[in-house]
This record gives sequence, structure tokens and C-alpha cells, in this order.
Amino acid sequence: MAETVLKQRPQVAGGRGGGDVTDGGFGDPGRGSGPPPGTARRTYHTGMFLALVGISMLFIAFTSAYFVRGGLGDDWVPIGLPPLLWWNAGVLFASSVTIELTRRALNQGLRSQCNAWLGLTALLGAGFLAGQLAAWRQLADRGIYLATNPSSSFFYLLTGTHAIHLFGGLLALLYIVWEAWRYRLGPAKRTLVEVTAIYWHFMDGLWIYILVLLWYWR
Amino acid sequence: MSHAAGAHAVHHAPQGFIRKYIFSMDHKVIGIQYWFLALTAVFVGMALSLFMRLRLAWPTESFPFFGEGPMTPEAYLSLVTMHGTIMVFFVLTTAPQAGFGNYALPIQIGAADMAFPFLNMMSFWVTLTGFFVIIAAFLVEGGAPIGGWTGYPPLSAVGEIAGPGQGLGQTLWIVSIALFAVGSLLGSLNFITTTLDLRTKGMSLMRMPLTCWAWFVTAILMLLSFAVLLAAGILLLLDRELGTSFFIPAGLVFSEQVIDHRGGSPLLWQHLFWFFGHPEVYIAIVPGMGVTSQILSTFARKPIFGYRAMVFALVGIGALGFLVWGHHMFISGMSPYSAMVFSVLTLAIGVPSAIKTFNWIGTMWGGQIRFTTPMLYAIGFVSLFVSGGLSGPFLGQPALDLYLHDTYFVVAHFHLVMGVAAIFGMFAGTVYWFPKMFGRMMNETLGKVHFWITFFGVYAIFMPMHYIGIAGHPRRYAETSGVDYLASMQPVHEFISIAAMITIAAQLIFVINFFWSLKKGEKASENPWEATTLEWTVPSPPPHDNFGGNYPVVHRGPYEYSVPGVAQDYILQTTPDSAVVKAK
Repeated sequence: MAETVLKQRPQVAGGRGGGDVTDGGFGDPGRGSGPPPGTARRTYHTGMFLALVGISMLFIAFTSAYFVRGGLGDDWVPIGLPPLLWWNAGVLFASSVTIELTRRALNQGLRSQCNAWLGLTALLGAGFLAGQLAAWRQLADRGIYLATNPSSSFFYLLTGTHAIHLFGGLLALLYIVWEAWRYRLGPAKRTLVEVTAIYWHFMDGLWIYILVLLWYWR
Repeated sequence: MSHAAGAHAVHHAPQGFIRKYIFSMDHKVIGIQYWFLALTAVFVGMALSLFMRLRLAWPTESFPFFGEGPMTPEAYLSLVTMHGTIMVFFVLTTAPQAGFGNYALPIQIGAADMAFPFLNMMSFWVTLTGFFVIIAAFLVEGGAPIGGWTGYPPLSAVGEIAGPGQGLGQTLWIVSIALFAVGSLLGSLNFITTTLDLRTKGMSLMRMPLTCWAWFVTAILMLLSFAVLLAAGILLLLDRELGTSFFIPAGLVFSEQVIDHRGGSPLLWQHLFWFFGHPEVYIAIVPGMGVTSQILSTFARKPIFGYRAMVFALVGIGALGFLVWGHHMFISGMSPYSAMVFSVLTLAIGVPSAIKTFNWIGTMWGGQIRFTTPMLYAIGFVSLFVSGGLSGPFLGQPALDLYLHDTYFVVAHFHLVMGVAAIFGMFAGTVYWFPKMFGRMMNETLGKVHFWITFFGVYAIFMPMHYIGIAGHPRRYAETSGVDYLASMQPVHEFISIAAMITIAAQLIFVINFFWSLKKGEKASENPWEATTLEWTVPSPPPHDNFGGNYPVVHRGPYEYSVPGVAQDYILQTTPDSAVVKAK
């Protein structure tokens, strides 16, 4: 009696009643208990994805404010974007390419190539930030400051927030450079390089988005 | 970058006091740290509400800390602001999610720690810094801000000219909220990653305890909403400090001075703020729903009624929560068509809420209920959630809201449904997990005395507010004695204030019980409540890595109580079918 009851137990709270599910939290049901290999790598990827969702929400909020504010009042004076911005964009695209090459070289175990591309990426990243700084100076020389008009406010807000986030990525890159310098950058560290690369590409895409926003909806 | 608690055994158990209890990366310690932060904050918030009640009931008296003579209306507004801010952020968002979630989530899903322990520690310290900053607002020149917990511009954006406290005090308020947002974002990222990637073998999503589902949904809400609050805070800070005009309209006159800004829109802030603010009320209440489900099932000795429906209702409440922010703005002059859309969506939230309530009652129905203290608090949660929730459909209709919005009716509504209901969820969670956290039981008698006084107390405080609200008593006003039609309501204020004083005094019973039990409570066994989830399979308190290196394997859902034909009336999630002892 009890036997049948156990076997034919209706769905009890929490899904499929008793018995083993073939795949619960982790992959292979045949392995022992405990987190399977690769879990740390997966958490880093998930964590980075979620961080990018959060950053996206920040910029979505700024964007909605941008459109709402742009449609209000008569004080919106479009600012001419400094041409330097396009050069900066080029530098950033180049760094996106080099970080991809870094990642691939690391995966193939090509140490010297990896180091070269890595160093170049960090340099290009720093170059982009320097370029942004110069662009802000150019605008300031033309008498356009943060509070000059709403258009300039959003210009500084969006480029500034992007620059702060990119600076965070640069710090991660410098940490990787430091690890490489101490001969501690091997395939074991590839997760770190991978998530940094994802972040870096995202910053690249975000910059395109901001440029489009500032250019088309002046 | 922090290092992940993944494949290799987590970080080793720290030895020194500072690494073990202060700058700890252990999720259990961090959870308790958050809990104590909330406890501190709740007493600050309660003290503020006490002064508000004193002012309202006895308008002509003088009170300590507020000088000779009646308390100024500005001082009253700063109490309103700080009470709201401290309670919403540092209590309702801190304890249910970051406190209990940090403590119990990794154990309940069979993980050794959160996915990113270092990030977890950072979340706490950033949040704590935010708390210090908001407390500092009391101490600076001009005192605490008077702009309300919603910080509406232009009042919050133009600086000192808008009133005492709108200078440095308001700036500190924004900085504190921004810090809190950053801490919450880091925390939510950790919660989601942990839930997705660190579940132990056999712990499928649909076998997670409803607490874990609640924390998971809440974390998603936090990730999506706090980033928007952060954006709004940055814009407001720029308006205040660097002369931009995002929120400040042109030609604004304050104290006979024209403010030098132009073209901004205070409504823009309201939209950004409430896009965060509405999910925020679910961030406060959803973890309490999880705890309540867990406790009702455990002490009714019955499986939760409709597990799947409960999960879908949680997700539904979370998703709808992002579409209804406009119902906080019906009186802002929005288009009646938008108001109607927001209204319909708002009323739709009644559906998942009713599903939850129905299932809670269904869980208790016909159960052999054990009326322990956590069970009482959980039933109290259901009661308060229903009482507070029922006034929601009134306020969700623009036509009614236009009248009720600025009255005490709203104060009654949100205090019952997201304030004290969530607080009852915290009481329930505290008593329920206390044995696991500290290895001792809390005193049942003191717990029950505290429950009954608090339960009747909060009803005595907030029920009358519905009536004075319908009678047209405006909220946020310090001074009502000059208005004829309000004079007749003064005795109600006195009644509410006396009820509040008794209820606040009764909270000392809880605190005494807590600290007394910490030292002298009866020793707790591994599983004192005879519950089924994973935290009850490990010693109380659990070792540093929760499972002592032996990762659990999960064989069944979380609520297998009173299974027919089985000897014991509960089956642990880790018990395989072959080990289930059958009834003779």
C-alpha cells in the first residue's frame, strides 16, 4: 500500500515530486555532488552580463530624460560636436579589435603576441580617454560648459558617464597587464580576460549609441 | 574583481576577529550585518515617527530635541522625510532582501557562499556608508532635508532657499541614496548570479523554496530599478551643484527671488523616481511573501498550496510592477488616457496578489497548524497584506485617487501593505531563522506577547487613518488646528498617538527577547521546526562553508509535509526516495 502511494504520489509542492531530476542546477548528472568544473567561469560571465544590464538601465534612464528634456522649453541649443570625437571613436574601435586579438592569442597560448595586443589595447584605451578630455577642453574653449544649455548638459553627462565606465574597464586592463608583467597571465586567467573583453566591447557599442544619440537628435 | 565561490572550495575560514566579523566575506556574517543595520535604522525611524505623532496629537507642547515651544512645521517635515527615507531604504530594502537573503539563499540552494563574496562585502560597506551619510544630514547646518522621501524637485533642486535642510542636508540625502543604489546594484547582481549558477545537484528552479524565488525576483527588480534611481540622483545632484536645468523650470520664484534656471521639468523627476519607486515597494514586500509562504507551509504541516501558481504570481507581480509607476502621479496633471492605462495595469496586480493570498489560506486550510511565534507573525503578514492591499483598488482609480491622494488614506494604505506587513515578514524571518543563525531558540512567551500587542497596535494606528483620510484630512501637514473641519478629528490623532506609543514600547520586548535569547535561549537542534529545506540539514549555526565540504544532493521539492504513507510528517529535500521511511 505504502509502496504504491509513494510511487504514484501526486505532484507535491515544488514541482515534480520525488525522484532525481536529470539535470538540476548543474550539467552532468553522472558526476558527484558539488559545483562542477567551470562554475567559476560561468558565474563571471553571468555576473558580467548582469552588470551590463544594470549599466544599460542607467543609460536608458538618461536617454529617456534626454528625449523628454529635448522636447521641453525653448532653451535647447544644439552644440556642434568636436570633430575630435570621431577620431576618438576610431581609437576605441581599434582597441576593441586589439582586445579580441589579445583574447585569441591567450587562448592559443601565444604569450608574446598576447602581451603585445594587451599593451596596445591599454594604450588605445588611455588614448581614448585623453582624446575625450581634449574634446571637452575644445568645447570649453568655445564657451560651452555643462550648464550652458540642456544640450551641452546631456553632452557632458553622457560622455562623462561613459568615460567613467571606460576608466573602470581600463583599470581591469591595467590589472591584467600587471599580471602579464609578473608572468602570471596564462590560460587559467582567460575568464578574467574574457569578461574584460566583453565589457570593453560593450563600452565600444555604448559609445556608438551615444554618438548616434548626440548626432541625430541634437 | 572578486574571486568566485565556484569549483574550488571557497575562501578559507578567516581567523582574526576583524576578518571574521567586521570585514567578512562570509554570506552568513554579511546577512547578519545587514540585519543589525536594519535593526539600528528601524529604531531611528521609529523614534522619528514618535516625534511626528507627538506633534500631531499635542500641537502646542514642547518636546525634547526640538527646543521651547511647538515644533516648527519645517522640523515636522524633516521628520517626515527622514522617517520615510530611513524606513524605506535602510529597513524595508535592507533586512528582508539583503539580510535574510544573504543569510539563507546560498544555504537553501546548496551553495558554499554567494557567487562573489568580495563584492558581497563591498555591497554591505557601501550601504553602511550610505546610512552614515543620511544620519549625518541630521547634524549639518540647516538640519535634515524636508523634501520628502520622494525628493521632488524643484523643492529638492534649488538649495537652501527652499527651506532649512534643503542645503547641505538635501545634498547628503541624494549622496546617501546614490550610495544605497550602488550597494543594492552590486548585491542584486550577486543574488541573481548565485541563484542561476550555484544551485546544487538536483536543485532545479522549480524545486527552490519560495523564499529563494522571492529573493531572485526581488534581485531582478533591484537590478533594473536602482540603476534608474541612480541616474535620477545624478541629474538632481547636477541641478543642485553644477547649475544644470534638468528638473528646474524657468521663471521659478522662491522667497521673492527668481531662480536662475530654465526649461527643466519636475515631472521628469517624478517619472524617473517612480519608475524606481513602484518596483521599490515590491522590493520591500516580495521577500516577506517568500518568508510567509515558507513558514505557513512549515507550521501548517502541509505542502504550499499551488507552488507553481505562487512562483508565477511572484514573477507576475514583479513584471507588472514596472508598468504601473504612473499611478503615483495621477494628480500630476497627466493625460486621462495615460492615467487609464496605468489604472488598468494597477488593478491587474490584484490578480497575482489574490492568487497568493488564496494560496496562503489554502495552505493553512485543514492543516494541523502549530501556532509558534514565526507562524503567528506569518499569519499577521497575511492579515496586514490583505487589509492594506484592499485599499489599493480604491487608490488605483484616478477619479478616487484625485480626492484621496494627499490624505491620510494613502498613509494608511502604504503603511499597512508595505510597511508593517513587511515588518511582520521580518519578525517572522528573524524568529524562524534565529535558531539557525545563533544556535539558540527565541523565547516563545515573550514572542507571543510581542506579537499580540504589535498586531493590535498597528491596526489601532493605521485603521483610523482610513477614516480621517476619507474625511479629507491632508497628509504631511504639521499644523491642523487652524482648520475648522479638521478640529473634530483631533481626538483621533490623540488615539493614534497613544496606540503608537504603546506599540513602539512593545518593540522593546522583541529586542529584549532577541538579546536575552542570544545568551540564554534554549539550545537549538539542527532542525527545531522540523522543516524540509537545506538549511535545516546542517548544524546550527552552520560551518563556514555551510556544508563542511559535503555538497548536498536534492531529490525533491521544498514542501513535502504530511506525505501520505510516510512515517514522518516531513521529508527533507536531501532524502532520496529509497531512504524515505514508510508508515507501518
